[in-house]
Amino acid sequence: MKKGLWTSCVAALLAATPAAAQVSDDVVKLGVMNDQSGLYADITGQGSVIAARMAVEDAGGKVLGKPIEVIFADHQNKPDVGSSIANRWIDAEQVDTIVDVPTSSVGLAVQQITKTKKRIFLMSGPASSDLTGKACSPYGFHWTYDTYMLANGTGNALVKAGGDTWFFLTSDYAFGHALERDTGAAVKAAGGKVLGAVRHPLNTSDFSSFLLQAQASKAKVIGLANAGGDTINSIKQAAEFGIVSGGQRLAGLLVFVTDVHALGLKTAQGLVVTESFYWDLNDETRAFSKRFMEKSGGKPPSMVQAGVYSAVAHYLKAIKEAGTDDADKVAAKMREMKVNDFMTKDGEIRIDGRVMRNAYLFQVKKPEESKGPWDYYKLLATIKPEDAFRPLDQGDCPLVKK
Amino acid sequence: MQMTMSPTARLILAAVIALLALAAPYVIYPVFLMKALCFALFACAFNLLIGYVGLLSFGHAAYFGMAAYITAYSVKAWGWPTEIGILAGTAVAAVMGVVVGVLAIRRHGIYFAMITLALAQMVYFFCLQAKFTGGEDGIQAVPRRPLLGVLDITDNHVLYYVVLAIFVAAFAVIYRTIHSPFGQVLKAIRENETRAVSLGYRVERYKLMALTLSAALAGLAGSTKAIVFQLASLTDVQWQMSGEVVLMTLVGGMGTIFGPVVGAFVIVGMQNYLAEAGEWVLVIQGVIFVVVVLAFRRGIVGELAPRLARLVRPGAQATDTPQPARLTSDAR
Amino acid sequence: MFELLGIPPQALFGQLLLGLINGAFYALLSLGLAVIFGLLNVINFIHGAQYMMGAFVAWMLLNWAGIGFWPALLIAPVVVAITGIVIERLLLRRLYHLDHLYGLLLTFGIAIIIEGLFRYRFGSSGQPYDNPLPGGHNLGFMYLPNYRGLVVVASLLICFGTWFVIERTRLGSYLRAATENPTLVRAFGINVPRMITLTYGFGVGLAALAGVMAAPIYQVSPLMGSNLIIVVFAVVVIGGMGSIMGSIVAGFGLGVIEGLTKVFYPEASNTVIFVIMAIVLLIKPAGLFGTPR
Repeated sequence: MKKGLWTSCVAALLAATPAAAQVSDDVVKLGVMNDQSGLYADITGQGSVIAARMAVEDAGGKVLGKPIEVIFADHQNKPDVGSSIANRWIDAEQVDTIVDVPTSSVGLAVQQITKTKKRIFLMSGPASSDLTGKACSPYGFHWTYDTYMLANGTGNALVKAGGDTWFFLTSDYAFGHALERDTGAAVKAAGGKVLGAVRHPLNTSDFSSFLLQAQASKAKVIGLANAGGDTINSIKQAAEFGIVSGGQRLAGLLVFVTDVHALGLKTAQGLVVTESFYWDLNDETRAFSKRFMEKSGGKPPSMVQAGVYSAVAHYLKAIKEAGTDDADKVAAKMREMKVNDFMTKDGEIRIDGRVMRNAYLFQVKKPEESKGPWDYYKLLATIKPEDAFRPLDQGDCPLVKK
Repeated sequence: MQMTMSPTARLILAAVIALLALAAPYVIYPVFLMKALCFALFACAFNLLIGYVGLLSFGHAAYFGMAAYITAYSVKAWGWPTEIGILAGTAVAAVMGVVVGVLAIRRHGIYFAMITLALAQMVYFFCLQAKFTGGEDGIQAVPRRPLLGVLDITDNHVLYYVVLAIFVAAFAVIYRTIHSPFGQVLKAIRENETRAVSLGYRVERYKLMALTLSAALAGLAGSTKAIVFQLASLTDVQWQMSGEVVLMTLVGGMGTIFGPVVGAFVIVGMQNYLAEAGEWVLVIQGVIFVVVVLAFRRGIVGELAPRLARLVRPGAQATDTPQPARLTSDAR
Repeated sequence: MFELLGIPPQALFGQLLLGLINGAFYALLSLGLAVIFGLLNVINFIHGAQYMMGAFVAWMLLNWAGIGFWPALLIAPVVVAITGIVIERLLLRRLYHLDHLYGLLLTFGIAIIIEGLFRYRFGSSGQPYDNPLPGGHNLGFMYLPNYRGLVVVASLLICFGTWFVIERTRLGSYLRAATENPTLVRAFGINVPRMITLTYGFGVGLAALAGVMAAPIYQVSPLMGSNLIIVVFAVVVIGGMGSIMGSIVAGFGLGVIEGLTKVFYPEASNTVIFVIMAIVLLIKPAGLFGTPR
């Protein structure tokens, strides 16, 4: 209580002297919260912490003359653990900004907290497009990708590439349903047809039965509207049942490069995925990835980790421009400035918090095409931001005036 | 745990505890305290079954998690008042307790454990697939409506005292139950079920009542947690949660009144302050589990209480020293 | 055209066969649990972790020592069985004089430790393991990968071999006698504690064997056992705890039922086993093959 009073006094004092650069508590503190040990540790985890630290380093370690500090914690993919950490960070440890937060359930919980407590929230890890829809926040920035992009990008681009009949293998819960629905809509909009779908329970270990049904449908593309271990097992077993070699295409709707790494090219070859970053895309991404790999023990950055760098760098630039770390002013500045870095070109930030960026449709290489470690993807198509992301007026974000 | 202490000593002890509980949120982060209190209540409810009836339920997460969902949903989607939402969650958990009881109560020991585990897993899959739970996302942003229409619980400090009151009330219910004739019958069943039957007690009915009460209180804990964290998620219905509550009770001391409370604070504190350690938290929990089972089966309170009692009044023998957690005499 | 409930019969055959293959894993795992429970009266919660260890040892043999699938099929179960024997000698043994529930709690704790350590070392997304027997045959009604055919045959042989040894040989009769009356069996000059140790090792070995066989089909991941184990518990309860034949029949049977559910009502395929368990408990509380105790 006493402390609250004290900080508000200081805040009042600082507010009274607008000329000076203002940084609360004399430090800009970034809290990277993600999965350090579970399913998403490989695509987020320590790599995101490394990326955030790189961005801080590149900003000179200081902003407005004050030091920048990066701390991190493991939310274990549990929303209650994540929300306790977020509350503690903001209430007791003066954290200015929360970064990353994979797993939509935790992302949504932290979005809620940062919204009420007025802290910037840089989301790179979570997928749910609700974060810029129903649950959008003036302080929440959805940086790297979302479910709409994955669904729409893959669906749309694949139909154009000739995959016009689809069958879905859908994880039977809200996330899977949404992915199936969005992708199905994109497929139909592009002139394709959805032949059917089978709903499998989450954490199924055996997919043979479902794959057989998919095989029997004779669809050209089998869309995997599932995630994590389910996706990996279904891809693995699809290879066993000769689905890809039989001429059908597998489209992973939520597959990351680390999953491909875990599967091995022999199993994953031919898989089609959408990501917004790949380390080997162009000279700039390669340069960044090279620096990253020196720190990460040879693992290239995932799109989420790259997104963390991009978000933190932009945030620090905005603080510098705004001359304060006050959340309202920084948020406004962030929207005003275009995002520009190795993975983003003139990226606009919409009012709902969506960062508009290119998405890329990749196909996983055959083992003989791969020239070295982590050489996994070849580019099929580049998807423009306005095609990749949900139009502003369709998200039901309360910040959008209709 | 009924230590032989002089009335004054008891009074002093009670006053100290009360004072600590009231002052705590000004020293320790209140959300952490509320979480610990919810788990303490959960563990006490579980302990009612294992410690006083000798039934190991490996599916208590089902009541805890389901009640959280019911509360979160009724408060958020139907706009029910907080207190009604909590009651609804508790009531649903109680009904679930009856259903599980009808299926499982005639089985003993390991059989009972495995059946409750399997039934809880069914509840988990239901929660995963049912529409209203929001699947992986859970139910988020549950509003904290003023309690009874007047008390503003958006402030964590206020809510802390509400949670404390709920905890104390539930704890009193447990205490009264244990020390009532009903509780004596339960203990008789634990010690020797055959004898209890031959004495004319309708053992199954007693066990069913105990299970229902335990489920309801576990539900109350889950409902309260849903209000505190303003969310309900799959974490609370997973079987790992059932394991966690066993661990808390075991660490604190099965069959002691305060044991589960101590155990819950220890485990929640560990998870909270070791969050940075990531997966090591799990490994450490496992090690604690093994060490306690092998070497300290009476738990913290079970080991310390007799010594404390001697300390407070040298020479006094603790009358009701917790049993070295003798469960049912034979699982068959 | 013949159609059965909207499914052509060929497809149905295919699904039945797949169910049988999955049942093979349930049967192997529940058999190990049943053997251990029969003699030690311990519910071995580590079983899922030991299944996972089997798969990982096979993976390590391949990636660290270059030893392929076929030798691993023998080596990995032995290695895991040895770790099991160490656990039994050092830890489990101390609890035999106590309530059996302590055995359950102890193994639960050990399972958490093992899974945590593997997660720390290998991460959660898992490791690939190549199919040692690629290709398959078109059976007319379905495409059967060769490897799956192998799994079903091997596990049938192992299951019935185990049943035969325990129910029909002298060694098996000692084992069964030792569960009933250890003192008497000891009086015959048989080293009962050693028999218990070896039995535990055998049960653990079965779990590891299932793990090795699962490695080419599923991703080798630290979490692969933790969800499976609960389903297997339900299988054991349905079959009747401690009944060897019960666990085999229930394993295969439930695999088939689960397979059919995946066709007719896929949403329920994870729950169907638990529903059956509830029904069985209401009608026959001791399980299908269990003797009421």
